[in-house]
Amino acid sequence: MTAALALGDDALVLSHRLGEWAGHAPVLEEEVALANIALDLLGQARVLLSLVGDEDELAYLREERAFRNVQLVEQPNGDFAHTIARQLYFSTYQRLLYEQLATGESPFAGLAAKAVKEVAYHQDHAERWTLRLGDGTAESHERMQRGVVALWRFTGELFQPVEGVEIDWRSLNSGWLESVTAVLQQATLTVPAGPQFGAWTAGAGRQGIHTEPFGRMIAEMQHLHRSHPGASW
Amino acid sequence: MTAVTADQTAQAGAGRPEGADEALEAAFDRAVAADERIEPRDWMPDAYRASLVRQMAQHAHSEIIGMQPEANWISRAPSLRRKAILMAKVQDEAGHGLYLYSAAETLGTGREELLDKLHAGRQRYSSIFNYPTLTWADVGAIGWLVDGAAITNQVPLCRCSYGPYARAMVRICKEESFHQRQGYELLLTLSRGTPAQHEMAQDAVNRWWWPSLMMFGPPDDASAHSAQSMAWKIKRHSNDELRQRFVDICVPQAEALGLTLPDPDLRWNEERGQHDFGAIDWQEFQEVLKGNGPCNEQRLTQRRRAHEEGSWVRDAAVAYAEKHTAVRNGEATA
Amino acid sequence: MSSSTEWPLWEVFVRSRRGLSHTHAGSLHAPDAEMALRNARDLYTRRSEGVSIWVVPSAQVTASSPDEKDSFFEPAGDKPYRHPTFYEIPEGVKHL
Repeated sequence: MTAALALGDDALVLSHRLGEWAGHAPVLEEEVALANIALDLLGQARVLLSLVGDEDELAYLREERAFRNVQLVEQPNGDFAHTIARQLYFSTYQRLLYEQLATGESPFAGLAAKAVKEVAYHQDHAERWTLRLGDGTAESHERMQRGVVALWRFTGELFQPVEGVEIDWRSLNSGWLESVTAVLQQATLTVPAGPQFGAWTAGAGRQGIHTEPFGRMIAEMQHLHRSHPGASW
Repeated sequence: MTAVTADQTAQAGAGRPEGADEALEAAFDRAVAADERIEPRDWMPDAYRASLVRQMAQHAHSEIIGMQPEANWISRAPSLRRKAILMAKVQDEAGHGLYLYSAAETLGTGREELLDKLHAGRQRYSSIFNYPTLTWADVGAIGWLVDGAAITNQVPLCRCSYGPYARAMVRICKEESFHQRQGYELLLTLSRGTPAQHEMAQDAVNRWWWPSLMMFGPPDDASAHSAQSMAWKIKRHSNDELRQRFVDICVPQAEALGLTLPDPDLRWNEERGQHDFGAIDWQEFQEVLKGNGPCNEQRLTQRRRAHEEGSWVRDAAVAYAEKHTAVRNGEATA
Repeated sequence: MSSSTEWPLWEVFVRSRRGLSHTHAGSLHAPDAEMALRNARDLYTRRSEGVSIWVVPSAQVTASSPDEKDSFFEPAGDKPYRHPTFYEIPEGVKHL
């Protein structure tokens, strides 16, 4: 069940990050849009985690090192461009991944078939905004470029095969690169040239190695639940 | 909620012969008396227009400022189910703000202008949101009491004389009932939970009860705009009437929760067929209204910052649209 | 403190299910038609209220004036022969 945990944690953690935008979005219409995406992801997370065990025990009682999400989704929101870059990278990955899962015979086929529709919309949202920020004003272009570059080194991990996810990882990788490159170019942005991995070989999110901000994130997320052991909510 | 051509109404009024205004006013009064709706392009008295813009703006501002105290708990919601509910609720509030700004825009006042007034402290929002959410139970108390008071206030607005406002309120009231129920259910779970949870629920109710009663506004004899708004059917019931109705609704609900309302003078009055309740601290109300509540500064600061930090995003979208308008035209309908 | 360029206003029309007309749902702000459609989807159909959406720039709507109400709509008031109930049909005649 490594696979359900990995995919479930991705959705859970990204949903949490997007939830942090509530009350802070650049315009009211975007409050609604970001919340929709967060809610879709949270719904996916609940289904996936429930395949493994009790959703709340898994979300609230695991230690940081037991989470299996990729590091990309735990990265702090930064400015709106940073969030959109994270959305672009992740939603493109998730759509390609779920498309493959939906047509295969994996235990995730049913879930993936539903989720792929949601995720296609997330990708569309990220692409529309990447175009507008990249090809908007000089300031937005610079911010978008910064976001795209800053998160690039977290993208390599997306294509590390996950045990139990029987898909063609190589085509996922090439499809992702093609799609992201096309959008960035159309948005007059430069596709980052740096490595898609950090330099540390200890592993990454899928092995339970996370970045520093993640610890604080789950401390906040888990604190109330943990303060009342055994209570129902 | 169409915002079309409200400006033309003003132009149309400008060139009329003398005496025409009296006839228009008489027609307006007749329409209101006959419970017809006033629509954006109809003639209306300036004071009616001003009163509506003020009320709709204040209502819209309340929705978006009201997101903050609850959003404060999204990241700490203690179960995934509760987290989904809370996110959906805060999202609804953004949506309600949108509906209401749109309704206000039918009278020719843009959202940007209204937001500027909010940010400059020249327009108000409901004072209730200047109180802090200190524990998770506050999320439940807001749903039950604050949304409950809001619904009591808002249901009559679905029949408000101004069409776009009434239609926005129909949509909002439909969505609000989920808000109140989730809050009640949240408190019920806490009340029946561990002793610590029960205590948390009681503490939240203790803190939110009186401010909720203040949400209905000053007593009728001290309310500045009430009488005229009632005559125009913008308002349908007086502040005190609605407050009484709310108290009567809450008492049995509190009993079912197993929680007490923090008012030693609260008791059933057989003669009146209503509950008597203790004196409200109007001094506190006035102080919070003036800006001296626990969170006034914090709420406005966050709102201003979100708006300022978002300005480059909004500008970018406009710049992009200008570059690409020709290409996009014609793609919109299907 | 605010940006100088406010997003234009759009009117939103939603078809609630197949077989029905689009009806006016409300309005919203968006920088362009693409985003207006998406914002409308997020705002006006988040409880499955629709299967199709139109967005129209508010500035592009031409409305009849309340001042012309009489000349626009009253002439239709004295033409009851447009309504089927105007005609008497003998009892027992069906499919009319």
